[in-house]
Amino acid sequence: MFQEYDVIVAGAGHAGSEAAAAAANLGNKVLLITMNMNTIAQMSCNPAMGGIAKGQIVREIDAMGGYSGIVSDKSMLQFRMLNKSKGPAMWSPRTQNDRMLFALTWREMLEHTPNLDFYQDTVQGILVKDNQVIGVKTNLGHEIKAKAVILTSGTFLNGIIHIGEKQFGGGRVAEKSATGITEQLVSLGFQSNRLKTGTPPRVDARSLDYSKMEIQKGDDIIPGFSYRDNVPKLDPEKQLPCHITYTNTEVHDLLKTGFDRSPMYTGRIEGTGPRYCPSIEDKINRFADKTRHQLFVEPEGFKTVEIYVNGFSTSLPEDVQYKALTKVPGFENVKMFRPGYAIEYDYFPPTQLKANLETKLIKNLFFAGQINGTTGYEEAACQGLMAGINAHLATKEAEPLILKRNEAYIGVLIDDLINKGTDEPYRMFTSRAEYRTLLRQDNADIRLTELSYKLGLAKEDRYQAVQEKKSAVASMIESLKQTSINPDDVNPYLEKIGSTPITEKQKLAKIILRPSVSLEEMVKEVPVLKDIINITNINNIQQSEIQIKYERYIEKEQEIVDKINQMESLVIPDSFDYNKITALGTEAIQKFNKIRPRTIGQAGRISGVNPADIQILMVHMGR
Amino acid sequence: MNYIPGNNQDTIVALATPQGSGALGIIRISGNEAFSIVNELFSAKDLVGQKTHTLHFGLLEYEGEIIDEVVLSLFRNPKSYTGEDVIEISCHGSSYIQQRILQVLIELGARMARPGEFTERAFFNGKMDLTQAEAVADLIASNSKAAQQTALKQLRGGFSEDLQKLRNELIHFAALIELELDFSEEDVEFVDRTEFMKLITTIKSATQQLIDSFRLGNVIKNGVRVAIIGRPNAGKSTLLNALLNEQRAIVSDIAGTTRDTIEETLNINGSIFRLIDTAGIREHSSDYIENLGMERSKSNAEESHIIIYLIDSTSKDDSYLDWLIPFKDKTISVLNKVDASDSDQVVALMEEKTVKISAKQKTGIEELKQLMYQMAIGTEIQTENTIVTNARHHDILLRIAESLDDIQTGMQSQLTGDLLAIDIRRCLHYLGEISGKVEHDRDILGTIFGKFCIGK
Repeated sequence: MFQEYDVIVAGAGHAGSEAAAAAANLGNKVLLITMNMNTIAQMSCNPAMGGIAKGQIVREIDAMGGYSGIVSDKSMLQFRMLNKSKGPAMWSPRTQNDRMLFALTWREMLEHTPNLDFYQDTVQGILVKDNQVIGVKTNLGHEIKAKAVILTSGTFLNGIIHIGEKQFGGGRVAEKSATGITEQLVSLGFQSNRLKTGTPPRVDARSLDYSKMEIQKGDDIIPGFSYRDNVPKLDPEKQLPCHITYTNTEVHDLLKTGFDRSPMYTGRIEGTGPRYCPSIEDKINRFADKTRHQLFVEPEGFKTVEIYVNGFSTSLPEDVQYKALTKVPGFENVKMFRPGYAIEYDYFPPTQLKANLETKLIKNLFFAGQINGTTGYEEAACQGLMAGINAHLATKEAEPLILKRNEAYIGVLIDDLINKGTDEPYRMFTSRAEYRTLLRQDNADIRLTELSYKLGLAKEDRYQAVQEKKSAVASMIESLKQTSINPDDVNPYLEKIGSTPITEKQKLAKIILRPSVSLEEMVKEVPVLKDIINITNINNIQQSEIQIKYERYIEKEQEIVDKINQMESLVIPDSFDYNKITALGTEAIQKFNKIRPRTIGQAGRISGVNPADIQILMVHMGR
Repeated sequence: MNYIPGNNQDTIVALATPQGSGALGIIRISGNEAFSIVNELFSAKDLVGQKTHTLHFGLLEYEGEIIDEVVLSLFRNPKSYTGEDVIEISCHGSSYIQQRILQVLIELGARMARPGEFTERAFFNGKMDLTQAEAVADLIASNSKAAQQTALKQLRGGFSEDLQKLRNELIHFAALIELELDFSEEDVEFVDRTEFMKLITTIKSATQQLIDSFRLGNVIKNGVRVAIIGRPNAGKSTLLNALLNEQRAIVSDIAGTTRDTIEETLNINGSIFRLIDTAGIREHSSDYIENLGMERSKSNAEESHIIIYLIDSTSKDDSYLDWLIPFKDKTISVLNKVDASDSDQVVALMEEKTVKISAKQKTGIEELKQLMYQMAIGTEIQTENTIVTNARHHDILLRIAESLDDIQTGMQSQLTGDLLAIDIRRCLHYLGEISGKVEHDRDILGTIFGKFCIGK
């Protein structure tokens, strides 16, 4: 009943959906297997996409022809550009999404993707021949053949849900977990470990008193995520607001009454949770001196009254959750729809992967998403995209696509994962990127679209648009660098913004370097600029300004990166015998033997390896 | 560092105990030829067949000259400090004897060890059972003098410790800046910019201190440059010979004999002094070659740590040269030929830095040596302050200072956090280049998660 596929994707969350879309769009025959066709691309946790660092990732996915940006744009109920007061490298788009519309839009887009088949079943294991994957077997007893398999198991592998003292198997509340895969992979030599994450209670909007909370509205302008201009954006007027409220000591005291029944504190949860996404009980426990914690009250959709209480993630007993919530301002009469819960699941420490997300042990077997120890829709989606692309390339025996750390947050993410591994759910932060000024949300298309276009994923229209943007910006920057402006023309503007007037002609680019000067404002205030640059395209004006303003800083970043890259160019021979180096520590020898770094630079990023070990290595390589 | 273990290496030698003081001194020689070289001097028995970890008593003789009565401790590779063949020669504590033994060993094919070279070899041969952190410190500071190993070990540890401290403080603030950037949506307090400015100022002054210490560090590592300057025939070459106890420069009574610069190495109290004898300075010389030599004298004087201004106290022409005045703080006035004159008439540059000698009679030489030592190293080496000895470190420190300047300027001009963070990262990077910890993102995130309650 099944043909032989090029690529099978097991799991249809954010990673699986992107993987299936990418592989299919690259011309592969793809089968997407999911336990439940009704929950394709579910947002299991908060109903939002993007945010700081994550928004940049969504833009990158979009620039490469992935779907997450378009789906988010089509299903948003609010848009905000975060960090607008910081520099442009920090600007981060974020949407609140209609949870149901999001999933529905994804499914619709996948169904419109050629070469993509669906099947509702649970993958139970993989088929392996000569250390190469050749297909999957399912709970319904099918053995389906494929050249490559991408596992995107999310929180489903041996998932255990905890609410207070209750504990039951499941991948999400009311959904079954997946068993068998971990056990099989371990028997094949893989290492697995446990992680934990959690989610807050959902409540009834009709029971809340918003007058006691702060309102948080969306932006007036909605640029959205997608670089494609044919994606319809929400009318800013139609955005739904979020609200902010706070816990207090009364809430904390009530929560503490449940600690003796908390799976966290009674030792029933073994997995490690993320430090940056702590449960509310963890917050009041670890930061006991804080008398209040912020809560975000987020609507789940246009057509539902369900509310997501962001910041109140918990696995305390339902009665404790409920009682504590009633003491939160605005929640006095709260009615709970669903309690919060914690979930533990299996992941495979990602140091077992190559840079193309293929496992080192089994050829053509790829992992993406939470199975690799990450957290977040965006982190999962971009891995799915890369796994989809690389599964395609692997079956064609072509060179893998590996994004570098200076090309994309995606590159930073994967490089971190495979080299450093992670022992808590890995989330992206801008501070993880050494090229932060380069990896902006405004230039993901310039960075990545051409690359993807050459691969055949990004389509012609995207490519043409980027080429036009590039050349328009380049010529605008050239004009700004070449053209001088008279004091009389520009001084009124400078005086208006409180910047020192100029006394003689000055190059425009030099004026733009002043922190308080905005080119976008200046073109409105200085009429002669119309003759010098094309002021019709605001995006290009912004882009030119950013590039001029950031030039010197990008050079500084480059200075550091060059120094690090010197290490990257020192290739360690495959045959290098670490055991023979007496001066290396035992731990370092073990790590080197396990990871077998390709370069000195990679060796230096391995956790647990000391600088001394690297210096010793370099000396032994004759450096 | 080009050391490849097991490759043909020079056999190195150095004094392992402080020079001059004490009843005994130990000279250590390490390398493939250690045994064959010492064997040529040791007359009591043939060392070739001797076992490791044995002691041998006898005379060291070279070309008929008996140098000293010594005890040899033999260590065969790999059971030695360096992992190579090592002999430790226990000799008498006279600095003449020690210098003579070193000289002879060098003539027979050993070479003077670079500072820290024994330790370096030990490290690369896997002999050092150091924690990895210590191994770094060792690698970084493979520059201490063997003769001052103990003292300098403390200095070494201190150096990376100091920087580690600064780095930790900076990481704390970097974390705060990053917190503003990555968690601006959160309910947390952000950077107190005034406090941050204070920290930057503190780090800057600490960095400046380290940069300043480089002069002394450089002196310890590369030796103290001493220029001997004086009017023609003041006896510069004779003085040089007296200091070195040997005949090197061409000595004659004809003024202006020395035309080439001669450089010699002298060990005073375990520190290296490089003596540069220069052509005599005459204000009006028609001799072209001599003029060239004088040019060189002037530039030597400028580059030197110490100038010995040699004055012929028998000569009527005792006025000092005008151009030495700018250097008066580093100049020692040496009144030569005091045995043949009434030296009270002579005016020196600075009274407290004046020594009377007779180079010919070798009087006053020891006094001069001690004054040189006092001026170059003196009390400074006793201080507990960290001393930077490595040119690379000095260079990096300059970059740290530069990035700190950028941070300050940025703060003053209200630069946005993302750009400020670049300068902070640069600063952290360079701090890391010295302490060996180049990666800092984990430290920053660790600080954030440890100190602030983040996360929706």
